[in-house]
Amino acid sequence: MDWALLAETGINGSLIGLMYSLVAMGIVLIYKSSSVPNLAQGSMTMLGAYIVLAYSSRFGAPIWLAIVLATLSMFGIGIAIERIALRRLAGRPIIMILMMTLGLEILLRAGSLTIWGATGRPMPIGISDDPLFLGALLINRAYAAGAAVAIVIFGLFALFFRTRMGVVLRAISDDYTAAWSVGISVERGVALSWAMASVVATVAGVLWASVQGVDQSLAHLLLKGVTVAVLGGMDSLGGALLAGLLLGIVEGIAGSYLDPLLGGASRDLVDAAMLIVTIMLRPHGLFGRHDIERI
Amino acid sequence: MFFRQAGVYHTNYVADRALFPVAADRWIIAMILALGVAAPFLFSSLYLSSYLLPWLVWTAGALGLNLILGWAGQFHLGYAAIMGIGAYATVHANRFGVPWEFSIVIGGVSAAVIGSCFAFAALRVKGLYLALSTLALQFVMDWTISHVPAISGGTQATLQAPDIRVLGQPIVSDAGLYYVALVWCVLVTLFMLNLRRTALGRALVAVREKDFAAAVIGVNSFYFKLVAFSTSSFIGGVSGAILIGTFYHAVTPEQFSVDVSIQVLAMVIVISWGAARFGFSLSIEALAHLPQALYGALIISFLLVEPLGLGKIYKNVRDYLLVWPFGYVKK
Repeated sequence: MDWALLAETGINGSLIGLMYSLVAMGIVLIYKSSSVPNLAQGSMTMLGAYIVLAYSSRFGAPIWLAIVLATLSMFGIGIAIERIALRRLAGRPIIMILMMTLGLEILLRAGSLTIWGATGRPMPIGISDDPLFLGALLINRAYAAGAAVAIVIFGLFALFFRTRMGVVLRAISDDYTAAWSVGISVERGVALSWAMASVVATVAGVLWASVQGVDQSLAHLLLKGVTVAVLGGMDSLGGALLAGLLLGIVEGIAGSYLDPLLGGASRDLVDAAMLIVTIMLRPHGLFGRHDIERI
Repeated sequence: MFFRQAGVYHTNYVADRALFPVAADRWIIAMILALGVAAPFLFSSLYLSSYLLPWLVWTAGALGLNLILGWAGQFHLGYAAIMGIGAYATVHANRFGVPWEFSIVIGGVSAAVIGSCFAFAALRVKGLYLALSTLALQFVMDWTISHVPAISGGTQATLQAPDIRVLGQPIVSDAGLYYVALVWCVLVTLFMLNLRRTALGRALVAVREKDFAAAVIGVNSFYFKLVAFSTSSFIGGVSGAILIGTFYHAVTPEQFSVDVSIQVLAMVIVISWGAARFGFSLSIEALAHLPQALYGALIISFLLVEPLGLGKIYKNVRDYLLVWPFGYVKK
């Protein structure tokens, strides 16, 4: 066994995993506040990347300005999605809510492909391709940057949930009827959580696009995001971060051992297996709240 | 109006259990069936084989999914994988030399056996987590189908399906293939329509409404979930086999990818979630021909405007016309 290779795979895997948890954090934010499992997070990630690209290539804005503008646009889009599509479905059976987010997924993905075309384009955000040397280990700079941003965003959220608005959101996620009755505007809180999820999606979109280019495959991050969110517990941001780390390491190491055996593409299989095992053994995830059901 | 009834009032149990309590429904169904039988003489061959035929097969598939989703209330985001298993098993059995009539049964049974695995997920979890685990199982099945050469013949391979033969007669004409699909669709529709009148149907509804409560009144909810999953997988498997035999004529892994699962789910939503009454006449294979974005928009607008689907729209119109022009009469 080659320990250096194993360590390198593990470290790169954990960095990738932290980037997965960026996608998962968006899902968790929305699920926490409104119990809506957002299956459109993958295509929101993709849309964010496309909007950044549109600002920088169409209007010639420098990339940092494009990212800021795209973040603001996605903030608005998140609020619009909640207002138009999800608010009217509050209290409906979960199948309708799931189908709504799936419909949004299709609409956003196909819509952005219709507008901007499906050809893959690079997203130059100024991270060099040279590996980072950590002793004998080679670390991918883009992954390292993505993981750092994921941790920073988690830190920002941890701080945000201590502010007044953050406390309001926590109250909503605890019990929205109670929150309502003490005068909290639940609708505005839910809208805010959609907006924040869209912003996180933009950040995730930019970082992932800098790794793999802007194309349809960004929407496939949904499976990873959902796996991480479920593994961490659907309503725990810290859980998402840790589960991302865990999934990244397991996926990286299992992938590197299974790929030669199974002829490639075993990472998606590992994801699906992790998702199934999590749901079968511990449906509420590592840190999620355990739901008690009444008859 | 042609419904000519001021409300529905039953004076005996036979009338209450009738398949179509409103006579006009019976006539509409009969007319649609007659139209279906006469279709090869009415429509051009292109229209017949590229629109009507897949429409019928997808309707059968969507009705099978409706058994789980609408009747038993369990999620299934992996229905395309089930159809794919049926299709592959049928094609392999057929190529091995088994007559086509038996190979579709083999396809259906193998889909039912593997589909029952989904029921074990349903035993453990429900709601969102069941949806996600069936989605994950769809990915696993996709991966298995495309990566095991013994099943698909390799990642990029296309497996040619032999021409179908019924009772030794090769069926090659467009009309013949259409009638095969029509017979299957009518069989599934009859089964689904009659489900309401059986103990099985009532047990499934009890499980759907609340599985703990069903257990309290003596309905073994796990058993009925298992029955629902395996029956619906059987229907799905045979539908997949017929789709390959009559429409695609060759089978590839992409025909049964996760997107197809979502499309079948969308069909069930748009037709009428939970009510199979007019599923026979209303399906939305046309969706496959719309650009994808419009298709997403269609799902969203249905959920916003009429979440109970086309079936509910028909029912609203019928209930209005039943007592027209005396709209104030209680229905």
